[in-house]
Amino acid sequence: MNENVGHSGIRRARELFSPSLLAEIGVYGLFVAAYFLVILHAVGDRLRELYDQHRVWYAVVALLLIGIQGAGLESLTRGLMGLFRRRE
Amino acid sequence: MYFPIAGVEINPLALIAIGFTVGVLGGFFGVGGSFLAGPALFALGVPMHMVVGTDLTHIVGKSIVASRRHYALGNVDIKLGLLMTAGTIAGVEAGAQAVQGLKQHGSADLVISVAFILVLVSISVFVGWESWRTRQMHRAQGIALGAEQADASAIDHVARRVHRFRLGPHIALPDSGIASVSLWAVLGVAFLGGCFSGFLGGGAGYIRMPAMVYLLGVPTHVAVGTDLFEIVISAGYGTVTHALKGNVDVLIALVMHTGAALGAQVGASLTEFFHGSRIRMAFVPLPLLGALLVILGLVMGH
Repeated sequence: MNENVGHSGIRRARELFSPSLLAEIGVYGLFVAAYFLVILHAVGDRLRELYDQHRVWYAVVALLLIGIQGAGLESLTRGLMGLFRRRE
Repeated sequence: MYFPIAGVEINPLALIAIGFTVGVLGGFFGVGGSFLAGPALFALGVPMHMVVGTDLTHIVGKSIVASRRHYALGNVDIKLGLLMTAGTIAGVEAGAQAVQGLKQHGSADLVISVAFILVLVSISVFVGWESWRTRQMHRAQGIALGAEQADASAIDHVARRVHRFRLGPHIALPDSGIASVSLWAVLGVAFLGGCFSGFLGGGAGYIRMPAMVYLLGVPTHVAVGTDLFEIVISAGYGTVTHALKGNVDVLIALVMHTGAALGAQVGASLTEFFHGSRIRMAFVPLPLLGALLVILGLVMGH
């Protein structure tokens, strides 16, 4: 059990909301904006086609997309949190 | 931004903000947040038949993030999660059949809404009472909040009785600190959560997480992480089912998930700084908020 619990836990938790977190959010925001512009706009119409004409493939692609994004963003956010914590 | 599958125009920043909020809640409490994300999507103009499936899809991605974080913290009992998945899926089917029966009777909306309100209020009251009693017990026994016993509950005796349930086979869950428990007890808890999920919608983490703590005696942090792991599998099954029925706009889910991914990391990290009874106490307002949203829906005729 982590010893930094209770009232000191609240103090330590506040440390999460620090300049490093803001920097992480800023960098993350840039990645997300680029992702929107390049990827999501490009695949929107293709996904609509799959949805209308090939529903089984749409279901498979939907699960794969969210799974890959989930794993990818988890690695990205974990890496950014680690990077900015080390710099504090 | 126009989403061609749902046929709606939605500000992506609103989706990201919703995703971030639900992500923090999910990472900290181990719940999917459907009772908040669903009404929020509906309020943004997403057709209701798309809300359930799209929210489930987003939950898959968010739960992957949060469960990986909890796994790194040692909070995921994979064996327990896989066993519970089997019980959950059976329970979901049973709950869904109950809904079908009510639909044929023409009383589904009212019955499900009232059941939802009663369940959510009951959970809030019970978890609040148990957390308060636990803290009183710790003060009376002079247990420091950082001590190993601090995650002990005032109703630990319930889980001990469940552990003594004799119907075999019995299994050990070392990652949860459980030496022996009936497999049927584990499957029964999962089935119960699945029934609520199938009947009331969402991942039913608001049932499963407290049930793992109070009925199986799983430490709170492990219950949070394991519940998230289980949600990845059951919500994945739900995603495929709803996508086949045309109820998923994966683009909306992907956009919302970009906020949820960051929120889930923050929420999961926060559990390091709070012991079990504080997490359970902080959980109390969430089901009440969900009950309020259902009441608003009934009053406003949605």
